[in-house]
Amino acid sequence: MAHAGAGSTRRTDVVVIGGGQAGLAMSRCLTDAGVDHVVLERGQTANSWRTERWDSLRLLSPNWLTRLPGWGYAGDDPDGFMTAAEVVAHLDAYRASFGAPVEDGTTVERVAPCSDGYVVDTDRGSWRARAVVMATGACSDPHKPAFAADLPGHLQQLAPTEYRNPAQVADGRVLVVGGSASGLQIADELARAGREVTLSTGEHVRLPRTYRGMDIHWWMSTLGILDERYDEVEDLGRARRLPSLQLVGSPERRTLDLNSLGGRGVEVVGRLAGLHAGRAQFSGSLANVCMLADLKQRRLLDRIDEFAQEHGLDAELSDPVRPAATAVDGTRLDADLSGYGAVVWATGFRPRYPWLDPERLAPAVLDGSGRLRHDGGVVDAPGLYVLGLPFLRRRSSSFLDGVGRDAIDLAGHLVGHLERSSAAIG
Amino acid sequence: MTATQDPTKPVDNGVDVDALLGARDVLTNAREAAAFTFTATNRWINGTHSRSSVKEFFGLGAEQSHRAEYSVDIDHPEVFASPDNGPSPVELVLMGLAGCLTAGVASVATNRGIQLRSVAATVQGEMDLAGILGIDPDVRNGFSKITVRYEIDADASREELQAVLAQSQKRSAVFDVVTNPTAVSVELA
Repeated sequence: MAHAGAGSTRRTDVVVIGGGQAGLAMSRCLTDAGVDHVVLERGQTANSWRTERWDSLRLLSPNWLTRLPGWGYAGDDPDGFMTAAEVVAHLDAYRASFGAPVEDGTTVERVAPCSDGYVVDTDRGSWRARAVVMATGACSDPHKPAFAADLPGHLQQLAPTEYRNPAQVADGRVLVVGGSASGLQIADELARAGREVTLSTGEHVRLPRTYRGMDIHWWMSTLGILDERYDEVEDLGRARRLPSLQLVGSPERRTLDLNSLGGRGVEVVGRLAGLHAGRAQFSGSLANVCMLADLKQRRLLDRIDEFAQEHGLDAELSDPVRPAATAVDGTRLDADLSGYGAVVWATGFRPRYPWLDPERLAPAVLDGSGRLRHDGGVVDAPGLYVLGLPFLRRRSSSFLDGVGRDAIDLAGHLVGHLERSSAAIG
Repeated sequence: MTATQDPTKPVDNGVDVDALLGARDVLTNAREAAAFTFTATNRWINGTHSRSSVKEFFGLGAEQSHRAEYSVDIDHPEVFASPDNGPSPVELVLMGLAGCLTAGVASVATNRGIQLRSVAATVQGEMDLAGILGIDPDVRNGFSKITVRYEIDADASREELQAVLAQSQKRSAVFDVVTNPTAVSVELA
């Protein structure tokens, strides 16, 4: 059924929802395979990179590690880190390089099954396609705990997608909730701007920016860690829920961790566990989550040292200097929020698929918690795919450098699906 | 996965890890069965002396029962002018924390292929009585700090044992109970 006033329904083989790195990578693969398709983008290419990133943000991974199918970094600073604007330019150029069939400014409103695939209704007309790829990423909805609604009314609340710079943050102490890259970077930037900051963290993933002179992403790539597959890891659910790595991309390649924040005057406290009578309550588990992160970091650095020794690299590399154990006080268990001006919820994101037809599609593909049921991106409905989620098919699935390989895998599956369904009809 | 053991000689810490992992798989797909309610009863005897008991609880979608009713007498020590008929309530909390963490140590160690020979814990809870006696409103009633010290003899490196202890805390119910706030309602029947 076409959208009112939008004219007739157009036909294609594949509709790709989302024109970011995932959607463009899939479009490139489908172009190479000669599959007729369209990419529906609510705004412009790489929309969230244009509109939902803070001013100083740079990619966590170095420039050389931004490869997409048929595309790579061609600048003169392979070890640098792109700003958000440079990521937009990188993806704009990618789109132009193969003439991706993107329909900008098109918001998908509904995806429903039909006899030969799916009907995709948008605010600019309808499409009928044999397959649909949802490539809107993992960061659709900033997540915050339910008790955020009970915060005292004087507090400004910001999601990382709303935060731009310290000037925007209300006067008073700032509580940054979350020990991910976002939480640490925002806490660090606020502290550098002279703001008083408390950072609340639960479990987190601590890594040095460089080790033995090489970038940590180079090590993870070289050791094959970024390529670990979803059907090989021991606890996939846990791997998919891991918070982002505590890293910052900066020209000086600095390490950002709880110790460096503490040195800058940031007060580090345990996970925000609740609110009571205008006070924030922090978990007493801070020492243990820091120990877990230190142990995990140590195991990775041990693996790197073993690899270096096995491959005779010790002479070329600098000495193995280990980061200091995390030193946190951990005795503060609550805080009177009357002295605070703002709370930044760097508490992760949830993907969102609001267009799934609530009666004819959503019940078949969402589990009881609203999560998509899929096997490595192949959704529990023939011809429906998802791309760009954490650890979708490999550890690097949600990284700019990893999503392309997922796109290649899924495009192969998708082309097979189109051939099978054609044969069935023929 | 730690592989400190001779793989031909499976570790035996008396923990049925396969059953635990099996239960995890089953309850992942039957979340309502994972909803448990634990029940303790308490009856005043005299003075600060009372007796707490457990027998029935609810879980896996049905009423469950311990093999027998277990009871513990609770009292205050003689320095509080009490007859000291059993552990004090705060000591029971420390006992529960240690029991929970030690169960976790055994489970995690077995899952990681670590043979345990001995595990001993000492739990200390620091408390300023100015709180419960109402002397200083800035002092809380409960512990200001809890320290748990483990001595473990096992076929594993110090780092592996640190990781076992960390994982045990991460999965411990009582560790969560004492480190995070819990909504409590006390009503008159």
